[in-house]
Amino acid sequence: MPLDPSGPGLAGPAWMLAVVFLPLAGALLCFLLPRLAAPVGLVAAALTAASTLALTLAVMADGTARTQLGGWAAPLGILWRADGLSVALLAMTAAVGVTVSLYATAYFRNDEHERTFFWPLWLLLWTALNALFVSADLFNLYVTLELLGFAAASLTALGGSAAALTGAIRYLLVSVLGSLSYLLGVALIYHGCGTVDLALVAACVPDAPRPAMQVAAGAMIAGLLLKTALFPFHFWLPPAHGSAPAPVSAVLSALVVKASFYLVLRLWVDVLGGGGRWVAELLGVLGAAAVLWGSVLALRQERLKLLIAYSTVAQVGYLFIAFPLAVAGGAVAWTGALYLALAHGLAKAAMFLSAGNLLRFGGHDRIAELDSAVHRLPLTLTAFALAGVSIMGLPPSGGFIGKWLLLEAAFEQERFGLVAVILLGGVLAAAYVFKVVGHAFTPAARERRIRAVPPGMEWSALLLAAAAIVLGLTLPLISPLLQLGPASAASAVTLAAGGGA
Amino acid sequence: MTPLFDPQLPADALLPLLVLASSLLPGLVVFFLGEARVGTRTALNLGGAFLKLGLVGWMILGVYHGQRYELRMPLLDDLDLVLRVGALSLLFLVLSAGLWLVTTVYAVGYLEQSPHRSRFFGFFSLCVTATVGVAMAGNLLTFLLFFEMLTLTTYPLVVHRGTEAARRAGVVYLTHTVLAGALLLAGTVWLYTLTGTLAFAPRGFVSEVASEHPAALTAIFALLIGGVGVKAALVPLHGWLPQAMVAPAPVSALLHAVAVVKAGAFGVVLIVYDVFGIEQAAALGVTGPLALVAAVTIVYGSLRALFQDDLKRRLAFSTVSQVSYIVLGVAIVGPLASVGGIVHLVHQGVMKITLFFCAGNLAETLGIHKVSEMNGVGRRMPWTMGAFTLAALGMIGVPPIAGFISKWYLSLGALEAGVHWPLYVLIASSLLNAAYFLPILHAAWMREPSGPWAEAAARASAQAGDGGGRPRPETRWLLLLPPLVTAALSVLIGLFASMPVSPLEWSLLIVEREFHYP
Repeated sequence: MPLDPSGPGLAGPAWMLAVVFLPLAGALLCFLLPRLAAPVGLVAAALTAASTLALTLAVMADGTARTQLGGWAAPLGILWRADGLSVALLAMTAAVGVTVSLYATAYFRNDEHERTFFWPLWLLLWTALNALFVSADLFNLYVTLELLGFAAASLTALGGSAAALTGAIRYLLVSVLGSLSYLLGVALIYHGCGTVDLALVAACVPDAPRPAMQVAAGAMIAGLLLKTALFPFHFWLPPAHGSAPAPVSAVLSALVVKASFYLVLRLWVDVLGGGGRWVAELLGVLGAAAVLWGSVLALRQERLKLLIAYSTVAQVGYLFIAFPLAVAGGAVAWTGALYLALAHGLAKAAMFLSAGNLLRFGGHDRIAELDSAVHRLPLTLTAFALAGVSIMGLPPSGGFIGKWLLLEAAFEQERFGLVAVILLGGVLAAAYVFKVVGHAFTPAARERRIRAVPPGMEWSALLLAAAAIVLGLTLPLISPLLQLGPASAASAVTLAAGGGA
Repeated sequence: MTPLFDPQLPADALLPLLVLASSLLPGLVVFFLGEARVGTRTALNLGGAFLKLGLVGWMILGVYHGQRYELRMPLLDDLDLVLRVGALSLLFLVLSAGLWLVTTVYAVGYLEQSPHRSRFFGFFSLCVTATVGVAMAGNLLTFLLFFEMLTLTTYPLVVHRGTEAARRAGVVYLTHTVLAGALLLAGTVWLYTLTGTLAFAPRGFVSEVASEHPAALTAIFALLIGGVGVKAALVPLHGWLPQAMVAPAPVSALLHAVAVVKAGAFGVVLIVYDVFGIEQAAALGVTGPLALVAAVTIVYGSLRALFQDDLKRRLAFSTVSQVSYIVLGVAIVGPLASVGGIVHLVHQGVMKITLFFCAGNLAETLGIHKVSEMNGVGRRMPWTMGAFTLAALGMIGVPPIAGFISKWYLSLGALEAGVHWPLYVLIASSLLNAAYFLPILHAAWMREPSGPWAEAAARASAQAGDGGGRPRPETRWLLLLPPLVTAALSVLIGLFASMPVSPLEWSLLIVEREFHYP
């Protein structure tokens, strides 16, 4: 495939620049015009989402899009590339991003302080995410990762409470530690290969000195696991995600965690050429432990936001169960894991937004005192329950499709232990989701002061939850984007045929 | 891969979709209606119910003349969502569409003035949508989808009252059904990885791999039956059913006769006939254990029913027992036994819904919840108790009421298959049925009225003076009409069992057309 940007997919590179620079411009404008932050931010969000859609369509039609910043070729210049995997995550980010932006206009309406800081930071975070998904060299990825970490930690601190600050500081430390570990790996690779371009590194890895490459890969993946909060590195996630304002929690759980997972996957498939059998088994064991441990802890929480945060710990585990299955030949497991990642993004954002509504309504998020919320905030509870359906993996929902594909791979390889974990995680998820829904049906012991919830906040949560359900019906449409494997470059070419058929 | 929407979709393929939409769309609209808009809500519900019944009637004519209705939509890479209507699906469709109509009428009367009716009727409609989806499923994936949807949409109905007891019942209900869903999912995916297809077929679709993987197939059978067996309330998976009795009476009717339990029993029929095929199931040696489970359930349910003083709990254990007649009929392996089992799907539904309507009337009108409070109630509510009596006699198996036909064919089927023990199970069960129903009838008709309701009535009549004015109807018309209709129906389908398009004749048609025996 030619690296010349004036190739057949002319529209792709332009949209690729747009999805990174539009939110960046929005962030700067919001910073310069704090009084207009909300309308400017909303416009920037809408434009970013629109250009993401255009990029997705372009990639579906023409295959992988590439561009060179400044016109310099690969070893020296910066190469951006958007393949099926990239646009799938970009599109999910855009869907969550634009809905969270809508939600945030209502959420921060009466809080000027939080509003002026939220918008620039959030758009900066979106910029970092999009840049990460299109970057095609290790160092560029490091920069986006660092930017992402700082934006996310600052947003966590937005609430200003002691809990929020503690959570944010811890989050920042973990994030920096993870990035440093990743950077160490990049340095080793640069030393061994003399390049940081993903494709060139992939070509060099088999011939490079083995111990150095193993240490490099280990350091990079360990750093990213820390950022992805895979068990036992999950300790920082619940306090950070549980204490941030609702739109921030939604973004952290739905998107930020997925970014480092995406990077693990990208390195594993594209650079390390499939990785080692035993590393994959280890990741699978950690993933299984995360599913069980996270679900059990979620079930034991008394506060709604912490429950949802622990549920993220569990759902991240599912993504890593795919590694041993995929390494043993079940490429369908990658599709399953990616589908789960997309569905979790939509559903978890919807859950955090619903939790924000309940918190705004009753002034607290104690599950046992939800006080007939089902009668008073029916749309919010519907959103929570629909998102829960996807998290549990019941049909028809994105979560169901993902779990089905994982189960298919597990049964084909007769990995009954993994089958049991996948199913048990679903049952436990049903238990914690319905724990909340059940308490929302019963009245609480004492009356409380309540505050009105703007309809925009209710509807945006419902919209995301509905999207997680609809995702369950669209696999034939988007599965060409999710074909991963050793021949991912080839699949990007066949994508054009598959997507158009 | 079939395209998402075929531009040349024939009108016949749209019918299954319309059957779904006739309850789905009214249900979704009803959610957004204000509480006070009783007229609009009732019109939507009844309109949808009549439309659905009409569509089903139209398809009966079509299927009778050999027409098939099918609609597919891709869901997974090489697995479609398939809605398909054949003779067997229609039997379940008629049952659920017909009983949904009467239950809607009843619910409108029952819930007059009670809060949150829009939510109730919304989920009520979604629940029926899921049930007709189960009935029309053309492969195991579609079945799984609607089966799970049924679990989710009945939960809000079970906890509808919003009390702590209702919440606990909801927890019990979900613990059972969600675990069952996991078993069903496991069995389905495992089967798919072995066979590469999930499409229901007259002789099943496992025979090609049966010689290679007998152990795996036996395990899959156990998983699938475990999955549907919870909803079918097979012992020991039946624990949720008596607990779910805290729900309002129309919901009990729905759970026991129209939707949930029936979907489970229907699932057993599908798994034995259309997934494994009866020959293959018999060859694997799994029908014997299934028959045993059914027999144990029949006897155990009846025994437990004997000792319940709470009327609805007694009826619930009676359901546990009666639904396994269907499973027994399937597991005996033989055409006549299958006819008995399948026809009982309809017969049990019509009779049991009558009993629950009547129990609801007693509770709603007189506050009677227990069998021990029913002395002399036949004089106060003769129509209600008349309907109750007919249905109870039918359950015992008195000819010519519907239940007799079921038991007759089950017995014939057992003899035809050359086994005798099911006869003893049926006799024991009928004796037990009599033992827990006849005392109720005796108390209601023969004993002097007693208890709080009788004293209140005596006071009221003393105040009003003797012989003043016309006698009032015993309860609201909307509550009285449904049980009268279904009681009459349970006599008529027994009496005219050999007319064309009766449930019995239709079951014979199903067995002749769709089932194959060794």
